Amino acid sequence: MNPENYLYLSSILFVIGAVGVLVRRNAIVVFMCIELMLNASNLAFVSFARLNGNIDGQVVAFFVMVVAAAEVVIGLAIIVTIFRTRRSASVDDPNLLKL
Amino acid sequence: MIELLAATPQTSTGEAVAFWCLAPIAVGAAVMILLSRKAVHSALWMATTMIVLAVLFIMQGGIFLGVVQVVVYTGAVMMLFLFVLMLVGVDASDSFVETLRAQRVAGILLGAGFGVLLMAAVSRATFPEAVGVGAANDAAGGHVEAIAEAIFTRYVFTFEVVSIVLITAAVGAMALTHKERLTPRRPQPEQSVDRIRSAHPTPHPSPGVYAQHNAVDTPALLPDGTASEASVPDELRRQGTVRYTELEAANRRADEDGERE
Repeated sequence: MNPENYLYLSSILFVIGAVGVLVRRNAIVVFMCIELMLNASNLAFVSFARLNGNIDGQVVAFFVMVVAAAEVVIGLAIIVTIFRTRRSASVDDPNLLKL
Repeated sequence: MIELLAATPQTSTGEAVAFWCLAPIAVGAAVMILLSRKAVHSALWMATTMIVLAVLFIMQGGIFLGVVQVVVYTGAVMMLFLFVLMLVGVDASDSFVETLRAQRVAGILLGAGFGVLLMAAVSRATFPEAVGVGAANDAAGGHVEAIAEAIFTRYVFTFEVVSIVLITAAVGAMALTHKERLTPRRPQPEQSVDRIRSAHPTPHPSPGVYAQHNAVDTPALLPDGTASEASVPDELRRQGTVRYTELEAANRRADEDGERE
C-alpha cells in the first residue's frame, strides 16, 4: 500500500467536515464537524512526519490538538450562553444584528 | 509490533490490511455525523472516528499522539460535547428547514469541488520514499524522548504561546458561562428557620415504591388508600404527569365530575 493513501483519507475526512459545517444547523454538530476537520489535518501532519522521517509533523499535530481543545472550551461556552438567552442551539436563530 | 511498524520504511501487508479495514469505518462514521438527526448520535459517531484516527496515528509511528488523541479527544473533548448536549437538551434535534434556498445542495457541491481539488493536489504531488520516524526516534533515544526534545527545544516558544492560549480559554469559558445572581442568596440558617416556621417542618413523605415503578412520579399511599400529594414533586403535579393508582385515578375523575355538576 502507498502511504499517500493516508493523505487521501485525510482529505476525504476534511471535506466531510467542511460539508457538515456548511449544511448542518445545530451549533454543536457544526462544532463537531470543525473538530473532524482539525483531526483530518492532524492525520495529514502525522503522515507527512512519517513520509519525511522527522518528528516535527507529530509535534505540530500535538499543538493543533491543544488549540482544538481550547477552541472547544470557548465554543461550547458561547453555545451555552446563547442557549441561555435564546433557548436555541441553532445557528440560524441568533440574528439580532440583522436589519 | 508497534516498534516494528514505526521503524519500517514502507507499508507492510499488516498495515495495509489495517488501513483498508479502518479507513472505511472512519469515513462511514464521519458521514454518519452529517446524517444523524440527533446531536447525541453525531457525538457518538464522532467518537468512533476519533478512535479510528488514534489507531491510524499509532500505525504511522505516532504512538504518543495516538494516546493523546484517545485521552484528549475521546476522553475530554467528546465528554465536554456530551455534557453541553445534556445542558442544551438532548432532544434538540436539527430543524431541517432551509433558511437560505438550495443551501444544502450548494454546500454539498462546494464540498465535492473542494474534495476534487484536494485529491488532485495530493495525486499530482511527488512524495519522498516513506522513511518512517524510526531513525528520528533512535537519534533522541526513544519516541517520547524525541517528541519531548522537539517540544522543549525547537518549539519551546510555540509551547509557551499554546499554554497561554489554553489558560486564556479556561478563563474565557468561566467568564462566559458565569451567571449573575438575580435574587439574594438565602443562607442555610435562614432556610432552616423558614422551614421550622412553615406548615411542614419534617421532610416530605417519599414517593411510592411498587413492584413495577419506583419512580418519583408515583405518589405514596396514605393508610386510607388515597395518594399523598406531598410525596410527589410540585412540578410533576403542575405538569399533570403524576402516576396515580387506578382506584385513585377513578376517584379523582369522579370528584372532578362532581365539582363540574
